[in-house]
Amino acid sequence: MLDLSKYDSLGAALRDALGQWPEEVCLIEADREREKSRLTYREFGAAAAPIAAALEESGFAAAERAAIIMTNQPRWLISAYAVFYAGGVLVPLDYKLSAAEHLQLLAHSQARILFVEYPLWRAITQAPDFPNHKLRRVLVSEAPPNADLAGAHRWEEFQGSQAPEFRPRKRTDTACIVYSSGTGGHPRGCVLTHDNYLEQCSAVTPVFPFWPGARYLSIIPTNHAIDFMGGFIMPFTGGGTVVHLRTLRPEFIREAFTKYKITYMAVVPLILKNLQRGLRERFSALPPFKKKMLDALIGVNRAFTHGKPRPGLSRKLLKDVHSAFGGGLQALLVGGAFTEPATIEFFHDIGIPIYNGYGCTEACTAITLNDLRPFRPDTVGRPVRGMEIRIAQPDSDGIGEVAVRSKTVMSGYLDDPEMTAETLVDGWLMTGDLGRVNTEGHLQLFGRKKNMIVTAEGKNIYPEDIENKFEGAAVKEFCVFAANYIWPQHSMTGEQLVLVFHLEPGQSLSDALLQDLARRNAQLLNYKRVSGYVAWDQDFPRNAAMKIRRVILAEQIGKKLDRAAMVSL
Amino acid sequence: MKTIEQTTDEVLDLAATHFKVAREDLQPGDDFYKKLGIDSLQALELLTRLENHFNVELPDYEVQGVSDFQTLASRIQARL
Repeated sequence: MLDLSKYDSLGAALRDALGQWPEEVCLIEADREREKSRLTYREFGAAAAPIAAALEESGFAAAERAAIIMTNQPRWLISAYAVFYAGGVLVPLDYKLSAAEHLQLLAHSQARILFVEYPLWRAITQAPDFPNHKLRRVLVSEAPPNADLAGAHRWEEFQGSQAPEFRPRKRTDTACIVYSSGTGGHPRGCVLTHDNYLEQCSAVTPVFPFWPGARYLSIIPTNHAIDFMGGFIMPFTGGGTVVHLRTLRPEFIREAFTKYKITYMAVVPLILKNLQRGLRERFSALPPFKKKMLDALIGVNRAFTHGKPRPGLSRKLLKDVHSAFGGGLQALLVGGAFTEPATIEFFHDIGIPIYNGYGCTEACTAITLNDLRPFRPDTVGRPVRGMEIRIAQPDSDGIGEVAVRSKTVMSGYLDDPEMTAETLVDGWLMTGDLGRVNTEGHLQLFGRKKNMIVTAEGKNIYPEDIENKFEGAAVKEFCVFAANYIWPQHSMTGEQLVLVFHLEPGQSLSDALLQDLARRNAQLLNYKRVSGYVAWDQDFPRNAAMKIRRVILAEQIGKKLDRAAMVSL
Repeated sequence: MKTIEQTTDEVLDLAATHFKVAREDLQPGDDFYKKLGIDSLQALELLTRLENHFNVELPDYEVQGVSDFQTLASRIQARL
């Protein structure tokens, strides 16, 4: 493990990592049953150097921005390292966004270089906004031989002629601009420095150390803070191996555990629940005697591992279950959204330690982590090293907004001083999440204060961003809220969106209008749909610029109506 | 060679059987997330079943953004 306190930038730390473990495998790329490629740290460096050189030779300046839109695969990390080597700023974008959203974030981030996979690029070139893009150079990977690249170059052929020059960066320089979510006019680009990342990596590595031979299965998109840290920076600075699986189908994920003897995997709650479902089905298919035996062994394991995880003991007791996970699994990390305690308990009982945590892109990833000493499924653990937590304006139960101060907190949102000022207050990051710190110093979460919901897949949905789908509906005015924002409740589950509209004077609520709203709603991606509506009978409060004053409107609705007033759409 | 109508029909049959919904309740234009009440991981499971049935291989990205049976069937048809 490198001593990161000696480094000023991610590029410098990664460069030394490549020199430290030249013959160790850093990347394995697998697609279904096939292994597609395997790279040592030396080969990784050799693959990235010509790209860094080509970037520099094409006029890429230090601090210029380069975006990546790729699924989890080696070219993602190779491109990212080349950008850091050339002193650039990385803009990792979510490959799951639509082409229109990609173009919007490319414009917002002012990225001039783009690394992209062919199918994603093909979609981008077909979007209406495509002709307005400001990209100087686009590198498309894995394009078919005769593909029309719409002016882009092939990633595989983008090679400089000379050795690249390493461009040093300072700790305070921007390393990445990461979009925590939000398109549709409200992009939230977190500006994160090299210091943010190096500090975060140093704080989390003691809990999840990597070593040559330790293997991380990467399935959360690499643009996400969790995978960027757990599936790139942490394993690389410890000499570990990242396994990229180019499909997310559950049966191949299960197979990868045994085939590659995975040490760690980070998951979102949805995937964890899916794994749980698969195991439950297998358990219930056992003959009655074997099922009884299993239940007894699970009971023994539970009793012996409450105080701290004992992977060796659990592996002996529940050999068959553990061999399905490859036999070398140290921990599953779960984050990105709320995980039900029952799911965490299920895995704990079979001796698979689940480290649930709490974090956000604005704080560079993890804020708290459950160290399982003792096992507490109802909390998200204690603050990680260097992280200060304060509960702002606690109520009589001690519950208030979680505020965070640490070296890992972003410097602000890109080009948005107003939102930055709302979020960073006197040096504290206001998370918008409601929590309480218990007597053991564990953070417990109770819900959200801000107008936002988080899906089980870890996606942040800002209601403002989906309002354009209802634009033009036959109502006087409307807006979308997170139901919890209007009617706060201490719950992390069942988050919903609600459409609030106000009809024109004399207009009545017709079936045609409701059908139109339902049709528009159905066009949204399933996780962005509103669950219900509220017909409000007063003018919306507005500011001088005629923008809706959402805080006041939510308060007015919350005072007059209760949650039951929401009619399902 | 199957027609797109046949392919769509088989997709609907298989979805109905696998997710235990009445076949007559499913229409080609239906949103399968909504109609079957499934999440994106279950959608990938459905895709695996369809691949085995039609003996084709569809990369995950082919179904990204696809949410109705008709489009899903056309993606499969293109690879038959």
